[in-house]
Amino acid sequence: MSAPILAVENLTLAFGGLNVLTDVSFAVQPGQIFAIIGPNGAGKTSILNCIGGFYRPRQGRVLFDGQDISRVAPDKRAALGLARTFQNIALFRGMTVLDNIKLGRHAHLRTGLLPALAYWGPAQREELELRREVEETIIDFLEIEHIRNQPVASLAYGLQKRVELARALAMRPKVLLMDEPVAGMNLEETEDMARFILDIKEERDITIVMIEHDMHMIMDISDHVVVMNFGQKIADGTPGEVQHHPEVIKAYLGEKQQR
Amino acid sequence: MRIGDFKETYAADEAVFRTPTVRFWLWALAAALLVFPLLAGEYLIYMANITAVAVVGAVGLNLLTGCTGLISLGHAGFMGVGAYTSAILITKFGVPFILTLPISGLAAALCGVIVGAPSLRMKGLYLCIATLAAQVILEFTFVHWESLTHGIRGLNVPAPTLFGLSLASGPAFYYVIMIVAAISVTASRNLFRTRVGRAFIAIRDRDISAQLMGINLFQYKLYAFALSSFFAGMAGCLMVNLLKVVTPEQYPLHLSIQYLAMIIVGGLGSILGSILGAIFMTIVPELLRSALGLFQGLDPQIMSYLFPLQTVIFGALIVGFLVFEPHGLAEMWRRAKAYFRLWPFEY
Amino acid sequence: MDILPQLIVSGLATGGVYALIALGFVLIYKATHIINFATGEFMMIGAYFCYTFMALAGVPVLPAFLLVMVCAAILGFMVERVILRHMLGQPVISIIMVTIGLSSILMGLAEIIWTSQFKNLPPMFPRAPLNLGVAVVRSNLAYGFIISMAAVGAFALIFKYAKAGVAMRATAGDQMAAFSMGINVKSMFSLAWALGGIAAALGGVIIGAIGGISPTLGAVGLKIFPVVILGGLDSIGGAVLGGLIIGVLENLAGGYLDPFFGGGVKEVAPFVFMVLVLLLKPYGLFGKEEIERL
Repeated sequence: MSAPILAVENLTLAFGGLNVLTDVSFAVQPGQIFAIIGPNGAGKTSILNCIGGFYRPRQGRVLFDGQDISRVAPDKRAALGLARTFQNIALFRGMTVLDNIKLGRHAHLRTGLLPALAYWGPAQREELELRREVEETIIDFLEIEHIRNQPVASLAYGLQKRVELARALAMRPKVLLMDEPVAGMNLEETEDMARFILDIKEERDITIVMIEHDMHMIMDISDHVVVMNFGQKIADGTPGEVQHHPEVIKAYLGEKQQR
Repeated sequence: MRIGDFKETYAADEAVFRTPTVRFWLWALAAALLVFPLLAGEYLIYMANITAVAVVGAVGLNLLTGCTGLISLGHAGFMGVGAYTSAILITKFGVPFILTLPISGLAAALCGVIVGAPSLRMKGLYLCIATLAAQVILEFTFVHWESLTHGIRGLNVPAPTLFGLSLASGPAFYYVIMIVAAISVTASRNLFRTRVGRAFIAIRDRDISAQLMGINLFQYKLYAFALSSFFAGMAGCLMVNLLKVVTPEQYPLHLSIQYLAMIIVGGLGSILGSILGAIFMTIVPELLRSALGLFQGLDPQIMSYLFPLQTVIFGALIVGFLVFEPHGLAEMWRRAKAYFRLWPFEY
Repeated sequence: MDILPQLIVSGLATGGVYALIALGFVLIYKATHIINFATGEFMMIGAYFCYTFMALAGVPVLPAFLLVMVCAAILGFMVERVILRHMLGQPVISIIMVTIGLSSILMGLAEIIWTSQFKNLPPMFPRAPLNLGVAVVRSNLAYGFIISMAAVGAFALIFKYAKAGVAMRATAGDQMAAFSMGINVKSMFSLAWALGGIAAALGGVIIGAIGGISPTLGAVGLKIFPVVILGGLDSIGGAVLGGLIIGVLENLAGGYLDPFFGGGVKEVAPFVFMVLVLLLKPYGLFGKEEIERL
């Protein structure tokens, strides 16, 4: 096994007296689609928040690309190559689709305050190059040409999710954290999204860490699954392995079978 | 009717003024502004000067409050810093007016950064109150740092000169102000074509996810404060050299509120809105004065109602726009344009 | 005679009145989360109501106070129904600006109705100053303090024990939950504005009785911000404590520092103090940090 691209070690997080995460560890290999599943309130989103830097865990470390990033500010983590999509869409509502996507590239652009005011020479070249690249590698890929100049607030839910993915791709991530990418989508939209996720993994060398409730999709596309319950990791393995893990059946899949 | 708007390159699509029609009207506007002082009288030129200074200040405040979402009640204080910097440099050190323009901006920007530095941790109301404190403290400083500001008597400055040319007359100074206003508007428009402007809006819309997208909140909030107060400082410098005097009561809290009113009436976060708002809020009091003047025959006392009536209308405009047209005049302008774009074929 | 006890005692007395005015702010903030920048103008209008009843209509003190309270409640109620109701769910900046616009409207109206001339309220309290041994307090200030503290106490009791008060607190805690428990959230908003109006107006009458009234009386209202930042935006006890601290502090600063700055320190000191507090504790001394979620 090669060195993990992302690992969390002994992550413990508490709000007041409430333990949200207890001693969670796992490692993500490069090129994987890595799924985190578990019932509501199991602490899945909190893990992503710790990896992204929005929460500071009480104990434990986050390792990214061999480097301990536990003390690194969220914006620096983004610059290192950690991108994120959100469970409740977090697009910038005052901007168009195109500007939202361009914003994703922020950390990789160089234009400073004064050149920006002048919009001259390098600043202009950088923007035009960004526009070309965003059009050719992201907008075409995600098939959102027709909405590029619309304000995001006017878009349908499924499209907003897609724009959010576009913005994350513009960040040139090494690891893409996706919080429920297909929640609330119909079957067709879900299949589109699954196809995009597989394409991203295969064509762009991006490792994907995803939280999802859609078990069909998890079983279909993920390489590795971690199961959470009450803030603790209860299983860790390939989809086939966790599916038959007794703890998992009891805690999570069991509920499904009873229906 | 304007249709058939196709682009062949991304550069053409990224241009600010995208169609020949728009460019034509822009040149027409520039020409009109150029010949204006030749045709207008002293009073109209004075009004144009005051309005253009207000445009510079409003563009600056809108960068901070409208675009970055950081409310400031200290804008007048920062303008005062610019005005005093210019007046002191000119009267005590004989620095030429044109040099004091950027220095005034920088001095105000420095104050802005000092006020803005704690803003990373403060939001909404708390920030608003902190800037209120800045305004109160700056006003106190203007009055009580007598050795520098001459207290409530203020400072008189000589008529500005530019490379030996006197700018004493309204028309001459008009061109200086117009150029500064044009540069300010262009520069802030440019800002929003780049990553800096996008970062501002991202912070306004959702600061937490902006940070997760790689934006250094502290740095960009400080940028916004610095830029905004730089514009304020330049506006203050222009103002003192236009009026030839600076006193503390020219820059009270009420003026900060007036600038906030401009950008609300004009349109928060819109550069066109800053311009429209500045024009509107400068002209309305004058129109009111003329309107009351018409009734002076009926009631000689009527002019005594001018000031309170202005205050009421001023408040009513703020409330009215926020309740009925939160995107301001800029949005009304956009709707009017959309209507005429397809005119006369509305469907 | 040492001026220290004198400064402290009259500072405490002024601070008590600040506490009452700050309460007008806190009551509204607590129930509706609206930051009322027009609190000072509510005060000013209250003082003019009192002037109208007592000086122009010749109503005696106690009925005049009652009338002022009724009018102030109606004013607060109307402002909520006509303007603020439309602003539910708007960004903080917009809500702040609406109340700033409102303050401008009230100030202009006051000047149109009562002119900009400075006016004195008729004497309401016994003239003799109160001698506390270590310090002497002007009678207006002393009685103002007593009335303020009584009013603050009454509001606190209402909030704690009356049925409407309990419902208001529930609304403050969680609007949706209160709504689902059958509390009429909108009428709670109206009630909060009416009570806030009363508190501010009473404060205005006392301030007016001490120093006279003019349409710019509302400027005193800006001082509530240091008070509420110190005491926490939504705490009645905090408002009292903050008011007393600010009152004493500004008096001490004015008394000892004015000679060095040529006056005016009293006006600026609360704000300097507040900036220092905010630098150390961005959410105020007793304020709760808002926990944000993604």
